[in-house]
Amino acid sequence: MSENIIELIKENVIQGRITRDDEGIEEDMAGQPGVTELVEEALASGIDVSEIINKGLTASMQAVGQKFETGEYFIPDMLASAEAVGTAMEILKPHLEKSGVKPKGKILMATVKGDLHDIGKNIVSILLRGAGYMVKDIGNNLDTKDIVKAVREEKPDYLGLSALLTSTMVSMEDIIKALEESGLRDKVKIIIGGAPVSEEYAREIGADGYGADGFHGVSVIETMNGHN
Amino acid sequence: MPREGILIEKPLERLSPKQVQQIHDASIDILNDPGLLCFNENAAEIFQGSGAVVSKVSGSNTPCWHIKIPGKLVSSALKSAPSTVTLGARNPENTIIMKGDEPRVFFITGSETNIWLDVDFPTYASKTDPNKETKIPEFKPRRGTVADLCDSAHVCEHLEMVDGYIRTVNIQDNDIDVDNKDVNKYFASLNNTTKHVMSGLTNLKQLDNVVKMAEIIAGGRDNLKKNPLISFITCLVKSPLQFVDDTTETFMEVCKRWLPIVVSSSPQAGTSAPIKEAGIIAQINAEVLAGITLGQLVNKGTPVLYGTVPVRARMDTLGDSYGSVETSQYNIDCAQMARFYNLPNYSTSGVCDTKIPGQQSSIERLFSNVLVTLSGPQFLHCAFGLLDCNSVFCLLQAVLDDAHFKMIKFFLKSPGINEQELETVKKQIRDVVATPQKMFINYIRPVMRTGEISPPYPFEREGDSDDVFALASQRLQELRDKPVEHIDKATTARIFREIPGLLPRLNIYEGKQ
Repeated sequence: MSENIIELIKENVIQGRITRDDEGIEEDMAGQPGVTELVEEALASGIDVSEIINKGLTASMQAVGQKFETGEYFIPDMLASAEAVGTAMEILKPHLEKSGVKPKGKILMATVKGDLHDIGKNIVSILLRGAGYMVKDIGNNLDTKDIVKAVREEKPDYLGLSALLTSTMVSMEDIIKALEESGLRDKVKIIIGGAPVSEEYAREIGADGYGADGFHGVSVIETMNGHN
Repeated sequence: MPREGILIEKPLERLSPKQVQQIHDASIDILNDPGLLCFNENAAEIFQGSGAVVSKVSGSNTPCWHIKIPGKLVSSALKSAPSTVTLGARNPENTIIMKGDEPRVFFITGSETNIWLDVDFPTYASKTDPNKETKIPEFKPRRGTVADLCDSAHVCEHLEMVDGYIRTVNIQDNDIDVDNKDVNKYFASLNNTTKHVMSGLTNLKQLDNVVKMAEIIAGGRDNLKKNPLISFITCLVKSPLQFVDDTTETFMEVCKRWLPIVVSSSPQAGTSAPIKEAGIIAQINAEVLAGITLGQLVNKGTPVLYGTVPVRARMDTLGDSYGSVETSQYNIDCAQMARFYNLPNYSTSGVCDTKIPGQQSSIERLFSNVLVTLSGPQFLHCAFGLLDCNSVFCLLQAVLDDAHFKMIKFFLKSPGINEQELETVKKQIRDVVATPQKMFINYIRPVMRTGEISPPYPFEREGDSDDVFALASQRLQELRDKPVEHIDKATTARIFREIPGLLPRLNIYEGKQ
């Protein structure tokens, strides 16, 4: 029974089906339970949370990653699967502590002041949730002081900053300085991303890392987190 | 089901209806004054017996007749020439049906080049950093052989966008001569592709052997007429306005056999035709109309293609400049003229001026391939793999061309906008706008594997390197590794028994290719 539900969770993550309404890649899947219903069923059946995460979610994302590597899957497939895992993690969140499962890390995501472009930040957020991180997306066009305030209150392990414009990327340096002045800089690792920024720029402004794209961003955080 | 081609729903046209009529009127005037010079006596007699004004030219070194073709003779020929021409194939699914009033484009290879271009990828080391190595494509020209023709036909069989096959390379083996070239080039082509095969004829004496070979493959004379798996192209007109003796004779003989034939003219604007667009179009139209008229006088109702290969002269060498912008303009005009006459058009695109694959060849060929395709000629001789005008053939380039034509085909899909679709997408937009992330990504997946989204460029490498040639070369090898659908053993044996001059090594059941 337990193995059957875990296998179904795995299959549905690979199909990128969050709820029973979703179609997935293969035909005739709509109407069958999706990841949401299956994870709830697994919890109700008393299946261990760590088993759901390790054998269901993590293993399925590894399979999805392999499909992407071989060209069978494309980024929208990866995102759909990652979103399914993120949804599962939200359902599992209240059960993690009593199960003794430690989250991989908490990440705050923000787009800087003056920038309304948030597609990149949203994609990275989905991928990070899919990788098992607790992600809090605090929005876009954010004042430096609001980002500092959020870091102080949320106490994240990582802060992801995004900008699309050359005119707005300069705020990243201001945010890092403001975090230093507030005594918070050494409590959070800062990763920047977006079209106009680079590895070199990240070094110049004192960020801890740079993600060239969503997948690279996840990889950078995984390395910092000791998972790669 | 015959081949689909690409239907151009709104053909690109440069001429107004008034200009089309003006070109036609000018061509009819040209056929009357100055008329044509005809170096073929039989043709001159046929014209004379049909009401044309024919007079022997005195003082000419070779026998020559001056012919003035009245407009009514042209009109009559245009009425009897079939507006639908079928090009058959060994595999009936590769049949091409061309309708003069339907701008459905079929893509054909060719034509014959003397030089075959091999490609290799030697490794070079940097002078400043010998540890830094790179592979650079090197192109090596050599004379084409019958084995190359087999190779080319086989690869083109597997190129998705190739609808029909015109031989790409002139076979120049030591054991090929003027008497056995035709049978060997047709057999090498037919034995390695199941698509339609068109060619010119080197020696008129070989016409009946070639036709007999096709009859054996088709299963008899009547079957060949129903399924004409071979056709011919003749440049009977030498610009300006001259019927050449031997090609005119060949043209008439093919017409008598009811096999499809292209009436082709290839004037060069600036040398053998006026440099101005109005001039070359009026002249080429007159030349092709004269050929069609002769064909219909020889055999009323015989299938002909309105064949036009106009080109502008290079100003530095006075050679052909197929890569020039004007050449595409001329071809687009000719497609429009053929449609005016309700006849299928043989047109040309993709021939480039440069000698090897590279940036110039890509730009020149893609420019004309896109534009001329949009004009809707039915038979587009689009020069898969041809370089250096018409002198060099490179299979690697043909593989690239195939990929680029797939992009053009994708571009020409119907927009698919209707009430139902708009209702669906309006709901989608409302749903997405109501979500916090406002992304449509989830809606990509249902259409991602249905062919509704264009694929990435097939020869793109990850990272900064441009490895188009290396990746296309890999693709070429994959195509070469695919099976060949040869003519069956019994038919092959009969062909080798009954058709003289075939090279024993082309018999794959007994010889060695």
